Formats: sequence, C-alpha cells, structure tokens
Amino acid sequence: MSDSAQKPRPQFKNISVPQILFAYRLPLAGKVSILHRASGALLFLALPVLIGLFAMSFTSEAGYNLISAATSYVIVKLILLAFIWGYLHHFCAGIRYLVLDLHIGMDKQSAQKSAGIVMGVSLGLTLVFALKLFGAW
Amino acid sequence: MALNEKIGTKRLVVGAHYGTFEYLAQRVTAIIMAVYTLILLIGILTMSGFTYQGWHNLFTFTVVMMPIGQILASLTMISLAWHAWIGVRDIWMDYVGNVGVRLFLMVMTLLWLVGSVVYFINILWRN
Repeated sequence: MSDSAQKPRPQFKNISVPQILFAYRLPLAGKVSILHRASGALLFLALPVLIGLFAMSFTSEAGYNLISAATSYVIVKLILLAFIWGYLHHFCAGIRYLVLDLHIGMDKQSAQKSAGIVMGVSLGLTLVFALKLFGAW
Repeated sequence: MALNEKIGTKRLVVGAHYGTFEYLAQRVTAIIMAVYTLILLIGILTMSGFTYQGWHNLFTFTVVMMPIGQILASLTMISLAWHAWIGVRDIWMDYVGNVGVRLFLMVMTLLWLVGSVVYFINILWRN
C-alpha cells in the first residue's frame, strides 16, 4: 500500500477522441457493445421525460389526449423514435449478453453473427415503429 | 491465506468476486424487465383500439381482486432503477477519474433513481 502511494506510476493517455471515433475500426460486436452503453445512458437521461409523459397520460384522459395530439408533430415523432431505438437496441443486445452468459455462441464467427442479428433486429423493429408513427398504416 | 491479508477476522482484502452480486442483480432485473415488456406487448396487441381506458387498464388490471397490473408495474420500476444504478455506476467508474466528482455523480444518480421510483409508484397506485 505505502509503496504505491509514494511512487505514482506514469500514465500514458495516448488515445484521443478523434482516434476513437475515426481511426480505430471496431468489430461489429464492439459497435453493439458501445451502442448498448450509449442507449442505456440515453434511456437513463430520458427517464424524467418518460415518467412525466406516463404520469400525464395515466392520470387523466385530458392529459392522454394532449400527448396523443403532440405526437402529430414531426419533431416529437423523431424524439420518440430515438427513445424507441434506444430501448430496442438495449433490449436486443441485452438478450445477446444473457445468451453469452450461458456460454452459448462464444466463438468468433457466432459472436459476429449474433452482433449482426442484434443490429438487424433492433434497426428493423425501429423501422417498423417509424412506419407506424409516420402513418404508413 | 496469510493472516495479514485480512482486516479483522472475516473480511478479505484480496480476492475475486467483488461485483458478483451486482453482476447477478443486473441480469435478474434485466430478465424481469424483458418479461414485463412482453406482458405489456401482449396487452397492447390484444387491446381493442388504443384508448385512454385501455391504456389505463394495462397498468391497473386485476386478477381475482388482486391489483396484479400495479404490482407488476411497480416491481418492474424497482428493477429498472436497480438495473440503471448498476449501469450508470459503471459509466461513472469508467470515465470519471476524480473521486469527489464521481462520488457526487453517484449520489445524484441514486437520489434521482429512488425519487423516480417513489414518484412512479405514487401515481400508479393513486389513480
């Protein structure tokens, strides 16, 4: 304990944000992973909005109707869609991690494949919600 | 295990399994939320038209006089807060180096999540 306290170890921080964003190319499983964290953070930050919306829609019919009317604005639709994507990605990637926890699909090929499935399913379902929100049927 | 690696008689200073409980809690709460998502989805898909009454009923339905809708929603909200606590705690631990700032953010996260649970359960059971 006392040794490490006396001699601070040198730290090398040679990775910059532009490098993280543009230079290093993550494998698909890595992209699913960081998006799992990003979507989790998004949902956490969205929590006040979502609980507020729920309270409004739940406590009175007038509030419910107000929110229904608000969803006719394109900007509201897009914000909702971002939350929907966040939820779907977090859900699908989470299921993948639960399966990996059971030591299923641990080899490189299966892991890349399941990461692709997560991206496909979450983006596909987001598209379905988008079509529904923008009144395709 | 040498004696000088212990604090008192029970607690180990070294060793694995720190965080095992959080690891398990994160997964159990995830499964609870996933199951509730499917329950809500089935409820929405079997709803006869999207109305206020139908929406309200999703969270307040009873089974043999028991407020199952409210109980399920409350349990899921508690799971959500617990799950979010572990996830957001991990984010602070990974990216915030300053101990004081990290402690502040963690305390704020906890207060916010507990507050959210109390608020949600309150509106859920009073209406």
